[in-house]
Amino acid sequence: MSTRIPLVPENIKPLPSLKGNEGMLSWVSSVDHKQIGLMYLMSTLVFFIIGGLEALVIRIQLAQPEFDFISPEVYNQMFTMHGTTMIFFVVMPFLIGVGVYLVPLMIGARDMAFPRLNALSFWLVIFGGILLYYSFLTQSGPSEVGWFAYAPLSEKPFSLNKGPTYWALGLLAVGISSVSSGLNNIVTILTMRVKGMTMRRLPLFVWMILVTSFILIFVIPIIASAFAMMLLDRLLDATFFTPAHGGSAILWQHFFWGFGHPEVYILILPAFGIISEVIPVFSRKPIFGYSFVAGSTVAIGLLSVGVWAHHMFAVGLGNVANAYFSLASMLIAIPTGVKVLNWVATMWGGKIYFATPMLFATAFIIEFVMGGLTGVAIASAPINWVTTDTYFIVAHFHYVLFGGSLFAIFAGVYYWFPKFTGRMMSETLGKWHFWLTVVGFNMTFFIQHFLGVMGMPRRTYTYHDLPYWGSMNLLSTIGAFVLAISVIIFAWNIIWSLKHGKKAPDNPWNAWTLEWYTTSPPAVHNFDLVPPVRGRRPLWDLAHPDQLDEPNSKVV
Amino acid sequence: MANNKMLIGFFVASESIFFVMLILAYVNFHGTVTDGPTAANSLDPLRTGIFSLFLLASSFSMWLAGRSLVSKNHFMMKIWILVTIILGVLFIYGQASEWMGLIGQNITISRNVFGTTFFTLTGFHGFHVCVGLLMLTILLGLAMFGDFKGPKSDGVECISIYWHFVDGVWIVVYSVIYLWAFF
Ligand code: HEM
Ligand SMILES: [Cu+2]
Repeated sequence: MSTRIPLVPENIKPLPSLKGNEGMLSWVSSVDHKQIGLMYLMSTLVFFIIGGLEALVIRIQLAQPEFDFISPEVYNQMFTMHGTTMIFFVVMPFLIGVGVYLVPLMIGARDMAFPRLNALSFWLVIFGGILLYYSFLTQSGPSEVGWFAYAPLSEKPFSLNKGPTYWALGLLAVGISSVSSGLNNIVTILTMRVKGMTMRRLPLFVWMILVTSFILIFVIPIIASAFAMMLLDRLLDATFFTPAHGGSAILWQHFFWGFGHPEVYILILPAFGIISEVIPVFSRKPIFGYSFVAGSTVAIGLLSVGVWAHHMFAVGLGNVANAYFSLASMLIAIPTGVKVLNWVATMWGGKIYFATPMLFATAFIIEFVMGGLTGVAIASAPINWVTTDTYFIVAHFHYVLFGGSLFAIFAGVYYWFPKFTGRMMSETLGKWHFWLTVVGFNMTFFIQHFLGVMGMPRRTYTYHDLPYWGSMNLLSTIGAFVLAISVIIFAWNIIWSLKHGKKAPDNPWNAWTLEWYTTSPPAVHNFDLVPPVRGRRPLWDLAHPDQLDEPNSKVV
Repeated sequence: MANNKMLIGFFVASESIFFVMLILAYVNFHGTVTDGPTAANSLDPLRTGIFSLFLLASSFSMWLAGRSLVSKNHFMMKIWILVTIILGVLFIYGQASEWMGLIGQNITISRNVFGTTFFTLTGFHGFHVCVGLLMLTILLGLAMFGDFKGPKSDGVECISIYWHFVDGVWIVVYSVIYLWAFF
């Protein structure tokens, strides 16, 4: 057939707003990547606040020795829901959502390759979140078995409540959502780039989304199958993970971490992408070693699937396995270190301008390196045996996830907010937010390295009044409240700036990638005209035709 | 648009990891059952083998449907899609009757790890066959109403890719469960 009916009818109305006649409906029924992207971001903010409140409950309970602010059961529910929420409903959907918003703009496309699939991905996240939080309404409440749900604790005789079932169902929904966004991103990036936007000119953020998407589509099925098995165990009395009936609890660990380690790269690679966009713009220099940043990401993606058992040293897998997994894990530090060097080299000698996005990006480098260093340390099996399941691990992964992913997310919000909304965020509130976050974050988590080395186990309801433990934990709790204040300021900054922020020009930061070429916020159809792409910094080339990044490139 | 086929290609790649995990679970427990039902003492490789031939043949008929699409032979395309559906249904019938027989002997998903891994693996595969049948039926229905006049159709080609994938998975599953049992 020659005449095709377009799958997505062209939207001819102006961008909808809640004040319009069909306000809400125009969002719920939207297949526009920008609206869906914004809905991702708004929902992750809600989940972030919920997850944050859960963290505060945990920290209050630990504020002093032998405290009983909540019951042990509720304590277990809190850390399970906190971890699950932050990983699967905050960091992951934020990064996917900001990708959905930006990728088509950055490659000069009109939308994602599959707009309806895109909407499905988003609504599946919401559906998953409802399933997960529905467990609060069941008789004995949500899951109590932690975000890695080790068998046989998560299995029938030990967890008779419905919590883990809803937990697995909710995460299965999110898993399906992630695979579909991964697929959508890959096809979009491979086939919808504007003329001249070769793979070697792709913005690094898009590169990171591409690699992340490949990890998503190949790694989420691992955990999806494990969730299916866990559900069969719980609902139909299958015996996958129940040793008492011939199953294997270790198999769950292999499956979980086979997904779980690549997952941490899903959580950090798009964050690397944000940093790789922000740092050059605020240093007024092109990124140093573009191909190293992109190439090392591919290396990380490949290596990340071969190191999962560094989470399982305590199992006793034997010396050969331990040696292999130690060395392979340490190997990942190399491509990661390459990136850090690239960012620092980009800043080196640049005209650095410390607006809030750049503050967060700079702090990101420092905090993330801290988490990377402890990562390499605990990747060594003997050190791991001492630190595993202690607060040292909690400190490690908060430095990479909060100091890393979340700092990058904050950098990204401040950086792209003008594009998203047409208004600047308040710099004053932004600086307050930034400094309170840095202080609160380090206050909460730095001390936990010491608590861990002193032997304080993680996931412990309470602790005896050992020397210094009480005061160190109290300090950590105070830090958490400082963080809470910083989050309130952040949320207030968003709300305030939406209404009263300075009107944003199209390109407030003098950036170089295509999303800054269109209006702020972009029109429904994204671009009236996409400028010619003849290098990695299209807007630079446009403004400086006599100083092209690639002097001999032709206009296509 | 090449987009649709690229999407289904990566989707199938992603799905294959899902099956790899189910197969790994099966392999992991192979030989750990010391008493009670196992593949070797409860399955009939010959009978299932014959029903497997239907699924293999259905891949062939689907390929022929694709050929008819290219040569704009609308009538034969409908016939071959119909043949594919019938062969697929026969395979599912074979699997259902096999399951009924096993359950009749109290070999169930909760009996032991063999039951667990066997029913999970074949069940997820059967589910994929059923989804395929559903899509083929929709395809046939649309074709009846005059769609897919050829020589190209992403709809037919994508469903065909999926169908070959489901077929390919079965070859591996059959080898791992039925052939391995009799080594
Ligand atoms: C230099 C690279 C890294 C190395 C060598 C490394 C190594 C490790 C090791 C060995 C553990 C297991 C500790 C234990 O339970 O005994 C661990 C835990 C963890 N890591 Fe990393 N890590 C690295 C980077 C990252 C990154 C980038 C992230 C996320 C953005 C991350 C997130 C986590 C999380 C969430 C856990 C805790 C999982 C849990 O037990 O709940 N790590 N890491
Ligand atoms: Cu890991």
